[in-house]
Amino acid sequence: MAEKTYLEAINLAIKEEMRRDDGVMVFGEDVGGEKGGVFGVTKELAAEFGDERVFNSPLGESEIAGLATGLGIMGHHAIAEFQFADYILPAVNQILSETAKMRYRTAGDYTAPIVMRAPYGGGVRGGFYHSQSTEKIFAGQPGLRIVTPSSVYDAKGLLKAAIRSEDPVLFYEHKKLYRAIKDDIPDEDYTVALDKAKIVKEGTDITVFSYGMMLQFVLKASEKLENQGISVEVVDLVSLYPLDQETIVQAARKTGKVLLVTEDTKEGSIMNNVSSVIAENALFDLDAPIKILAGPESPSMPYAKNLEDAFLVNQDDVLDAMVELAEF
Amino acid sequence: MDLKQSKLSNKEIIAAYKVIKETRKLDERLWQLNRIGKSTFNISGQGAEVGQVAMAMAFNSQEDYFLPYYRDMAAVMSFGTTAKDILMGSLGKKDDPASHGRQMPNHYGDKANNVISFSSTVTTQYPLATGIALALQVDKKPGAVLTVTGEGSTAQGDFHEALNFAGVKKLPVVFVIENNGYAISTPNDQEFGTDDLSSRAIGYGIQGRKVDGRDFAETYLAFKEAAEFAKAGGGSTLIVMDVDRLTAHSSDDDQRVYRDKAEIEEMKENDCILMMEEQLLDENILTIEELQEITTSIDQEIEQATLDAEAMPDPEASEIMTHIYETGGH
Ligand SMILES: Cc1ncc(C[n+]2csc(CCOP(=O)(O)OP(=O)(O)O)c2C)c(N)n1
Ligand SMILES: [Mg+2]
Repeated sequence: MAEKTYLEAINLAIKEEMRRDDGVMVFGEDVGGEKGGVFGVTKELAAEFGDERVFNSPLGESEIAGLATGLGIMGHHAIAEFQFADYILPAVNQILSETAKMRYRTAGDYTAPIVMRAPYGGGVRGGFYHSQSTEKIFAGQPGLRIVTPSSVYDAKGLLKAAIRSEDPVLFYEHKKLYRAIKDDIPDEDYTVALDKAKIVKEGTDITVFSYGMMLQFVLKASEKLENQGISVEVVDLVSLYPLDQETIVQAARKTGKVLLVTEDTKEGSIMNNVSSVIAENALFDLDAPIKILAGPESPSMPYAKNLEDAFLVNQDDVLDAMVELAEF
Repeated sequence: MDLKQSKLSNKEIIAAYKVIKETRKLDERLWQLNRIGKSTFNISGQGAEVGQVAMAMAFNSQEDYFLPYYRDMAAVMSFGTTAKDILMGSLGKKDDPASHGRQMPNHYGDKANNVISFSSTVTTQYPLATGIALALQVDKKPGAVLTVTGEGSTAQGDFHEALNFAGVKKLPVVFVIENNGYAISTPNDQEFGTDDLSSRAIGYGIQGRKVDGRDFAETYLAFKEAAEFAKAGGGSTLIVMDVDRLTAHSSDDDQRVYRDKAEIEEMKENDCILMMEEQLLDENILTIEELQEITTSIDQEIEQATLDAEAMPDPEASEIMTHIYETGGH
């Protein structure tokens, strides 16, 4: 066991996989050289593995995605970094038209076994274009996997699984968790399933689904409520697409009261998809309407402090929503 | 080149110098505000001010339009945005003309001066500029469009798509690449395989030029010609303007990690503003006393602008749901 941050766990996962598999390559804007990425996630990689396997790509995201996909076709488990999840947007065409459809359109003759990493999420005073949750843009595209770790343990194990996977995986990393969470994780090699939601806390009164920074708020609030006699089941989605429908429906049925928490805006969000899975499969087991706590339907997270605060779901909002649901 | 070879009057050259110096002093203030936590970000154009002002002087904010990028504070100030306006942007104030506190610092825009709103996603302003230019063309308006991006950002598809369309329609656009040698930590030879980005122009059927943005007169004359060419219906010009990036990429970066100490030091010794000040003295445009007076009065102006901007109101939380649709919405 060793104590690591979420960021260190990701860095370690890449290092270990690069040592295990010579074909793994890492590229993206500023990921190479001494800099090792704008957040430092790829620090020390160029020094250990050389500039051929770890390099700075030019500043073009469509190229980054296409390059990764081409390498993937040739059998390289490439790891592409998008500097911010906001800047994956120029690459959407490559990802949806090429990466996602490669296996299906060739009936498995060609595949794209690659990982595309993207730091997402707000609350960093990053304004419109350094705060967004763009995962919803890809959710609904069969052929792609979208996962996000919300603990240090998962950051390492899930990334290892993504690198070893023969499918293209969009790996969303919450930028606020990079240094905010630390945990002891095993020294031995382990992986975390790409397609399974996790019950991170068992409870009997309400079930709360979340991921990312919001999950931290949910966990804190559920501890508080436990002291007040409200027992909360907490589910970390892990896989944002495809959803782990079985675990989701079971956890919803267990308490009959469901709260979904996301920092994204509600309409079109991942949580809307979760809500539809629950409504379709467990409606008659519910004791309250499904509640979604989300950001306002406003175009993007603004910069000014009070506007950012107004956009972001916070700890109190989460606690209040949980109490309200429990009392329903 | 001598400053006077620009054919500008002494008065005009002094006015240009004042904007250049004011921008430097303002940027230094913005770094201070960042350090004490009053703004959370700063990205600056230190080392590019001389070129930017020489560039902007070839245009006027009555009939021309400007789509800048984040380093263009000096050019934006030339178009008429004030120090207080820019400070309000960095402090996220309600009356910030760029975005009313909605966008990060240095995301310029100012409708009163024809400076069009800028996003963080690099080079998206290039295709936008073609839309502005086509409107001028079909509406038979006299102006031209100036737009700028960094050299690394020319790797974006948007760069190529915009130049292509500008060539098709002979649009009145001056496209600028501010070449400071780095895209964050990535040097030019890892961004593109040519030593001369202005050669990109040929393939799109537009003009390509290179200027040394540390040379005020050379830069001004090149932009003047390109603006006149655009307005006369000749079409677009792509200008690569070499400048320095004296600071880190932004307040979130430390360039000492990836740049040699000697390289940074040499750049600082050849600071474009120091060079221009020498020229102002050598060409007897200003005396040393006059230079000092200008600096003193700029210091006072920045002090006052800071106090004024800080006293302005913040946006209200309820504004989060305003200006989303013409009517309706959630
Ligand atoms: C599409 C997109 N990808 C990535 C970024 C992150 N980013 C911001 S500035 C920058 C480097 C830009 O370099 P260059 O074009 O040379 O301009 P400079 O900052 O040097 O003036 C990067 C990668 C971005 N803003 N937009
Ligand atoms: Mg640059």
